[in-house]
This record gives sequence, structure tokens and C-alpha cells, in this order.
Amino acid sequence: MFRVTRRYEFAASHRLHSTQLSDDENRRLYGKCNNPYGHGHNYVIEVSARGPLDASTGRAVDTAALDRLVAAGVLAPFQHRNLNEEVATFAQVVPTSENLAAEICRRLKHDWRSAFPGEWPKLEKIRIAETPRNIFEIEADEIE
Amino acid sequence: MLITRKVEFSASHVCRNPALSDEENQRLFGLAANPKGHGHNYVVEVSLQGDPDPVTGMVLDLKELKEILNREIVGPYDHRFLNYEVPPFDRVIPTTENIVRDMWQRLEPHLPALHAIRLYETPDLFVDYFGEVPCSA
Repeated sequence: MFRVTRRYEFAASHRLHSTQLSDDENRRLYGKCNNPYGHGHNYVIEVSARGPLDASTGRAVDTAALDRLVAAGVLAPFQHRNLNEEVATFAQVVPTSENLAAEICRRLKHDWRSAFPGEWPKLEKIRIAETPRNIFEIEADEIE
Repeated sequence: MLITRKVEFSASHVCRNPALSDEENQRLFGLAANPKGHGHNYVVEVSLQGDPDPVTGMVLDLKELKEILNREIVGPYDHRFLNYEVPPFDRVIPTTENIVRDMWQRLEPHLPALHAIRLYETPDLFVDYFGEVPCSA
């Protein structure tokens, strides 16, 4: 079994603010991240897929197919965007990196079969670094 | 406990399957199918799993691990054209997956505690290999 990981980057802005909390509670909980004007990050995401070797290509994952999938499903909609205002999910859901990781995972799972119609490879996990110091990881099995 | 040592080497390769047409190779491997070859600065992370020896406090003496990695990996691979100079890549396509598997076969006889090898072809592409374990759902 081989696990192949590809690393991608995008830059986006967000604001952490929960509609279920008061303004005071939001300020206390999220601090600077609650700034009404928003702020941004250079996000780094690692997408890992696992599978056996394809005998003809000597590869477990067609990285060009993975690149196209990630470019269309994640990079194009998120690159240089305001996540709260321009990505529909985050109109309701707070765009923490936990929720962002789950959203990326959901998008990739949804389109996975169109990029990889066979039994293998399978999406294994998503790792997202909001900054070099804050890193979040989600297993594909955690998402429906 | 896991201990990991990192080594680097630079090498060139071509990824193409001689049984396929030029167009098919181009479609499958893109720029990597260029018959003249191209190169990478590969980074290898070798992880061993074990309990520290009660006397030395070490899973394995890192000096010994360094010597094994230099002898088995860096020596044969560094500054080589893999397809022409490093068997089995005269007949096996030197994809990241096939290279990491070859490294496993080279290291396993010398490192009973071998747990995983991570091979970076570039900072944006790496493969983890744990030996011949079957794929589970």
C-alpha cells in the first residue's frame, strides 16, 4: 500500500464569528480573528490518497488527475476569496480551519469518482496549515 | 517509539512505459516523460519503530543508521541517472512509488525495525510506504 500526498496552497480571508453568540462573546472567544473586516492566511493543504500500484504506470495515484480535482473543487473557489462572503457554506458555518478542512474533504469526496472511477485510489486524509504553527488534520472517513 | 533520520540525494529520471505510445506516455506522465530526463532533489525520511535499549537508551545508534542509509541509498542513488545507472530502473519505471519500494527492499535486510519510508520527489509531492501490506478498504 502506498500513500501519496500532494501539497497545495491558496490565500484567502475569513472572519470567525458565530451567529449563535453575542458580539461580546464573539470578541472574547475569537479575539483578533473576530475583527469585522476579516483577515487572511496563506493556507497550505496536503491531500493524501492511498492505493496499490498500477502495473502499467508504476504509480498508485495519477497526480495530474488529483491536481485537476483539487484545482476545480478547492483552489478555484477558495483562491483569493473572502470565505465568509464568497463560499456558500461559510455564510452559516464559522470558517475555522476545522470547518474548512471538513469542507475541503467533503468537496473532494463528492467529486472523487469523477477523477478516479476505479476502486483505487481512495482519499485518505486532508491536512491544512492555517499558519505554519496551526495545523489541522481530518481523515476522509470522518466525513459522510 | 518512532525514530526518523533524513537523507537527501539528487538524481535524474524519465517516467515512461516503453510498451505505450509517445502520446499515451505524454498523457500519463506529462513533462516527466521527456526522454532526455530531468532531475529532482529527493528527500528520504526513514522511520524505525522500537523500544529504546535499556543500556544505551537508543532504538538504534544513529551513527549506524547513517552509515546504512549512506551505503544503501545515497551511494547508489546520488547524482545518477536512475533509468541507466541504478537497477531495477532499467526495466521498472522510476516513479516515486517504485523508488520508495526499491529503497524498502534495500533497507529491510539491514533494519529489522524499519517502519516507514517517506520519499519527497519535490516539497509538493511525497509518498509513504510501509512495506508490502495489502490495501484495505
